[in-house]
Amino acid sequence: MRCLKKSLLLSAVCIILSGGVAGHAQAENTLRFSNKGDAPTFDPHALNTQDTLMATIQVYDGLVMRNPEMEIVPGLAVSWTNIDPNTWEFRLRENVRFHDGSDFDADDVIFSINRALSETSQMQGYLNSIETVKKVDDHTVRLITKGPNPILLDQLVNVFMMDKEWSEEHGVERPQNFKDQEETFAVRNANGTGAFKLESREPDIETVYVRNPDWWGSETYDHNIDRVVWRPISNLATRVAALLSNEVDLVIDPPLQDLARIDNYPELNVLSTSQIRTIFLGLDVGRDELRNSSVTGENPFQDVRVREAIYRAINIIAIREKIMRGLSMPAGMLIEPPINGYNADWDNNRLEYDPERAAELLQEAGYPDGFTVRLDCPNDRYINDEAICQAVVGMLGRIGIQVNLNSQPKSKHFPLITGRDTDFYMLGWGIPTMDSGFIFDYLFHSDGSWNASGYGTPQLNAKIEKIRSVIDKEERDLLIAEIWEQIVAEMPYIPLHHQMVTWAASSDLNIPVEPNNMPRFYWANFN
Amino acid sequence: MANFIVTRILQSAAVMFFVALICFCLFRYVGDPIVNMVGQETTIEDMEALRQSLGLDKPVLVQFAHFIAGALQGEFGISYRLQRPVSELIAERLPATLELVFVSAIIALTLGISGGLLTGIKRNAWYSRLVLALSLVGVSLPTFVVGILLIYLFAVTLNWLPSFGRGQVVDIGWWSTGLLTVSGWKAIILPAVTLALYQTTLILRIVRAEMLEVRRTDFIKFAWARGLAPRSVYFNHALRNTLIPVITVTGLQIGSLIAFSIITETVFQWPGMGSLFIHAVQFADVPVMAAYLVLVALFFVLINLIVDLLYFAVDPRLRMSAGH
Repeated sequence: MRCLKKSLLLSAVCIILSGGVAGHAQAENTLRFSNKGDAPTFDPHALNTQDTLMATIQVYDGLVMRNPEMEIVPGLAVSWTNIDPNTWEFRLRENVRFHDGSDFDADDVIFSINRALSETSQMQGYLNSIETVKKVDDHTVRLITKGPNPILLDQLVNVFMMDKEWSEEHGVERPQNFKDQEETFAVRNANGTGAFKLESREPDIETVYVRNPDWWGSETYDHNIDRVVWRPISNLATRVAALLSNEVDLVIDPPLQDLARIDNYPELNVLSTSQIRTIFLGLDVGRDELRNSSVTGENPFQDVRVREAIYRAINIIAIREKIMRGLSMPAGMLIEPPINGYNADWDNNRLEYDPERAAELLQEAGYPDGFTVRLDCPNDRYINDEAICQAVVGMLGRIGIQVNLNSQPKSKHFPLITGRDTDFYMLGWGIPTMDSGFIFDYLFHSDGSWNASGYGTPQLNAKIEKIRSVIDKEERDLLIAEIWEQIVAEMPYIPLHHQMVTWAASSDLNIPVEPNNMPRFYWANFN
Repeated sequence: MANFIVTRILQSAAVMFFVALICFCLFRYVGDPIVNMVGQETTIEDMEALRQSLGLDKPVLVQFAHFIAGALQGEFGISYRLQRPVSELIAERLPATLELVFVSAIIALTLGISGGLLTGIKRNAWYSRLVLALSLVGVSLPTFVVGILLIYLFAVTLNWLPSFGRGQVVDIGWWSTGLLTVSGWKAIILPAVTLALYQTTLILRIVRAEMLEVRRTDFIKFAWARGLAPRSVYFNHALRNTLIPVITVTGLQIGSLIAFSIITETVFQWPGMGSLFIHAVQFADVPVMAAYLVLVALFFVLINLIVDLLYFAVDPRLRMSAGH
């Protein structure tokens, strides 16, 4: 005890002295952060969900990462080359240490990639093109792919590196298996190479990060955040109240109806940018008869005129003004500017809102009196999702299509889509790989796991499969453009809008708003 | 007596069994937990594999049998959302809820009894009418509205109290308490008042009604006739006789306080069992929901059992008939 007192006294003296020299004592900068809910786990390979990624990216690094402009930049790998189309050689950063002090080297990369490929990992999807990982020397590894993979780097962004020795010591060589019925060490503990160390974690209550002074990226990403205290608040009104009463500095999901009020506070700012997530309506064009419709014996959605009528009946500007409070970008495509394959001409040339033309189209298609159909809609997934669906119901009613709205929580809604048990549904899609191939695989290939539209032909499937392995960028981009041209014309999905990311922050805090709605605390600075 | 207790315990076990059974039949309507456990990029095959490893592909009755078998050994499985053992989660959250309930019960009893006495004794005074009118507000306003109003007044406008959380807690063994720190006390005031409001008005109205009743009885008139001081008449004679129904009601209300705390905990982000349950419902986290509901059933059953036993001790007639 006496020793402790002495050392405290000494350090106090030191602080005073150094303060005297520097002219002022540096106060600790604590960023108090809040959002709707907590991350389920800190195991970087267990779950591939947004919350988990956001929680772990502060602590762990990948071989490559994205900068605030969403471009791929070096992470734990300083450079990479394609020795041949199937072999990627990565040169690893030297003198990098994990938070517990051990060195980062090629063995950790091999271990982490194999861990992320193991059966209980949800990261397999990013890595399933990888055949093996080989060590060349302590700071060089080779990734051998099963075939040419043009988007390997994009996929590696979300695969974080763990320490082999630490994982073995704590028995977490594999992500948690739910069969085991017990908590593994990596759920509440973390040992990465990242910008912040995980200091304490109480799920749902408080998670504290502290600055990692030895982070390799400190020079590139100069930040002055010493601590981050993350306390989730599930109630919307309470979250806003905590912000207004200066109990938190950053909220990444403020309700749209409160933004004007938040902006009126001089000590608060509203920040926004276009999000990588487009909201659209899916139509089942595959079946010969719809499940819940007055039309029997045929499927009205198979007629492109009916799809165009629905498209033209939706007044997206009204939805933007009345429901989204101006915070959405009407969409003509299902992808956003940073995604490879985006074409502003198509996106900006959304079909005009024209209810008269829509009614005519319905008549031409043989449904002068319209028909009834059920719209399945989530009510806790996207920004104002249920309100948008209600508006769509009213707008389609005006051209004679009577829509019965079935809105329910996402845990009830999504099984309808993955189980292909819906005629007409709302869905939103974001692209972690920043490449159109991702959305083609899931939504346009006839085997796509989220393709409840039944859309897809053997020719289209063949093109989509080809894109997965064409390395030549020009040829690949041409194929992507061909597919989008077909989709924009045939409208199997009716685009609504691109969501906007909106954050509310203390005006002392500078932080770039991320299109994937994932704040990076090491890009933040307090004034 | 022993016979009575054994019968009651057996009945209680049956009640809990049926609560669990009904819960399990309802769980399939809350949605598919798998959707919340995977990212959108997961393939259907992987989702099926996860479903199998969780045993969710089996019929409801088989899942129920597994649950009962586990529960009998004190094993409630692992939370789908937090990936931690449910028994551990509940043990962590229990102190927060019980402290909140304890503080609001004290508030409700203190304000309720004193308010009831005031309005019962000075029934025509303007302040009695005011208190009664306010108590109507307390009965009719829903908890979440009261909570939000208090937050806007005391946290946002006046900046006196925190709008959410539990403040700093101190661990005493496995029990974490917020009642030993200043920030803990500051944090508990708003949620405790919110939760206590309804119970306060209930107790206030019971005490007032009883007081008016007792004042008309012969022994109070006799006390006046003996020339006792008003203080002695009201507190020594009248109050004692009004408290019997209050004690009964309070006992039963403790159970509802625990159950009602769900809404209060959600509004104030109070890290108790109620908010754990709400998150579990949103996520379709079946193990947590099942364990919570069975536990709340256990609380109700236990409180009822204790109340029954108290009657047994208090009422000589019950003891006589059981003796035969």
